[in-house]
Amino acid sequence: MITAGIDVGSRSVKVVLVEDAKVEGAPQLKYLVRGKHLMFPGDLDADVAAEKAFTDALGAAGIDRGQVSVIFATGAGRKMVKFAKDSVTEMSAGAKGVSFFFPTARTIVDVGAEEGRGIKTDGTGRATDFAGNEKCAAGAGSFAEAMSRALQLSLKEFGEASLRSEKSIPMNAQCTVFAESEVVSLIHSSTPKEDIAKAVLDAVASRVCAMVRRVGIENDVVLIGGMVHNAGFVQSLKAAMDVGEIKLPEMPEYVSALGCALLAAEGVH
Amino acid sequence: MNAPSRYPTEPLKLWKKAKELREQYYRNYASAKEKGGLRWSGSAWALDAIPTAFGDDVYSLTGEPYAATVSHDRKLAKECMDTAEAYGFARDLCSYMRIYWGSMHLNKYAFGGEFPKPDFIFQSQICCSHSKWYQHVAKVEQVPQFYLDVGVGPFRDLTKDRIDYVANQLHDAIAFIEKVTGRRCDDERLIHAIKNEMRSTSRWADICALNKAVPAPLDEKTMYSLYVLATLHKSSSWCADFYDELYEEVKDRVARGIAAVPNERCRVMSDTQPPWAFLKIFRYLETYGAVSIGSLYTFGLEGIWEDKPDGSWGGRTLPWEAGVELKDRDTALRLYADWNLSKPQWQHFYDPRLKTDMMRRIVKEWQVDGVMLHLNRGCEGLSLGIMENRRGLASDGIPVMTFEGNMGDEREFDEVRTQARVDAFMEQLGLRKVAA
Repeated sequence: MITAGIDVGSRSVKVVLVEDAKVEGAPQLKYLVRGKHLMFPGDLDADVAAEKAFTDALGAAGIDRGQVSVIFATGAGRKMVKFAKDSVTEMSAGAKGVSFFFPTARTIVDVGAEEGRGIKTDGTGRATDFAGNEKCAAGAGSFAEAMSRALQLSLKEFGEASLRSEKSIPMNAQCTVFAESEVVSLIHSSTPKEDIAKAVLDAVASRVCAMVRRVGIENDVVLIGGMVHNAGFVQSLKAAMDVGEIKLPEMPEYVSALGCALLAAEGVH
Repeated sequence: MNAPSRYPTEPLKLWKKAKELREQYYRNYASAKEKGGLRWSGSAWALDAIPTAFGDDVYSLTGEPYAATVSHDRKLAKECMDTAEAYGFARDLCSYMRIYWGSMHLNKYAFGGEFPKPDFIFQSQICCSHSKWYQHVAKVEQVPQFYLDVGVGPFRDLTKDRIDYVANQLHDAIAFIEKVTGRRCDDERLIHAIKNEMRSTSRWADICALNKAVPAPLDEKTMYSLYVLATLHKSSSWCADFYDELYEEVKDRVARGIAAVPNERCRVMSDTQPPWAFLKIFRYLETYGAVSIGSLYTFGLEGIWEDKPDGSWGGRTLPWEAGVELKDRDTALRLYADWNLSKPQWQHFYDPRLKTDMMRRIVKEWQVDGVMLHLNRGCEGLSLGIMENRRGLASDGIPVMTFEGNMGDEREFDEVRTQARVDAFMEQLGLRKVAA
């Protein structure tokens, strides 16, 4: 049986197809996983974007649409995926997806473009508590993106620059707009870019950490979402959370789509 | 929790009467002068038996329920807040206060016509915004003002000196009203009004206690339209009598197993004022078979409670039923101070743990499955310590979700995001939608 999970985020659509390998044992043996990532098209039509991403994923995997038994959707735009049979929230999908890679996970930090969230999980792939940022973007990937633009660095360069800094410059601003003006002030005071980058990522990590503390931090801690690719943020988060290790999955931005596909496969609603 | 249950349901018979009483209250205030009456304004927490003692033609406009009413009208609410902000008041101030001020500065009354000017201000002071709210009103309207400081500490630590402090101010309040109105306080009428308030607030608690039943006979969205009468004029006969009538109807619903939400299979409680323009969030809960049975806010903003001999929480015993008569002005005022100082919703101003403990007992006695905390950016007073409450409940293993919003300012409420939060919380509780 093949099932699909479609994660419609605020910036991109992620599709994961899982196929039951008919082998008993650990989830990684039991399921074959194929993923496809598509940046959001300009017209912001989530249903069209999901359809395109799904079609592309099927093509890349060499699977006919008719072979897919169940499709579940998740993410901010999950209710707009009309061809999905059902939807689950990012909390349930994230917890399920993480359990695939790390069954020992108890605390999940999910930082995507629009939202950051902390999820507590019990080892069965179920979310038992959660906390998320509200309307402010300062705890999410879009904040880091805006700040990298202000520094005229690519996201990759931004994260790497942060790793070269050993300074700690506190940023008071909790809002993207005001933080940008702080970054401009730092630029005008000839602060090196790497120190500014670290200051920004420390600030994001601090916000995310405060949010995760609401649900409690318990090992193992796993970070998912696009911000996993930002090495500077990972380091800042590790320091803020004061944990020895933060586990990082292989396909961080696909974890919720994977969880969604697994929930579809298990028929767990 | 997942097995669907079906219960009979029916509309509340007294619903229409509750709406009519509320409408009448606001009309009475507007037309008070036509009848030669008096008008005063202050908080829903004002000890309103004092002005009530000055005649049946003394009408009030309590600011919070008035602003909540305006909040339902999103266009008018925005107009009021824009006006207050244009006047120079910051957007992060109490949204009730901004709406009231805006309505006053616009000279537009939500029930039609010009904003009725009060003859005097009579206000209690426990929330940080309350005095400043009416200080501005008094300045603009150029009317006399009286403030009653009730911040004497939690009820469990009450002493004779603390009661004296409040009771003495109540004596001063009577002298103030006599001076500014030229009327004399009628002690018989005063005692009657105090007794009415005690009846209203104890009976409201009794009604809330009936919601311990499964299925719940009332849902919180409905309760908002019922508890509001106590925020308008709890020392009136009409309010006390209405709650007696309502108690009998709700008791009957419990006896016959009448549910507020016919597919009830999960019970939640909320906290603080809801985002008034988005009460449909409670109807959204019902698509999961979840009923909000109330909250410390709905129960304890006006309800007066006590520990019953069996350890449960119920309406406080009326003094005269316990053999204590309100025989003279001083005795009545001292009992009145004591009664109000036991108000549950005043306790958290001193220590959030007091509120957490009350929330814990609601969870237990009302068989609550999860708690939805509204991080209400429009009310610093009732949101005070709310994350401490969250921590306390969560440490007991009680599922808790939070959502940001504002009781009066819709600009701070994100409906779609809140629905997504509810979806996640329902999943956490193991629920799926049962109705469209």
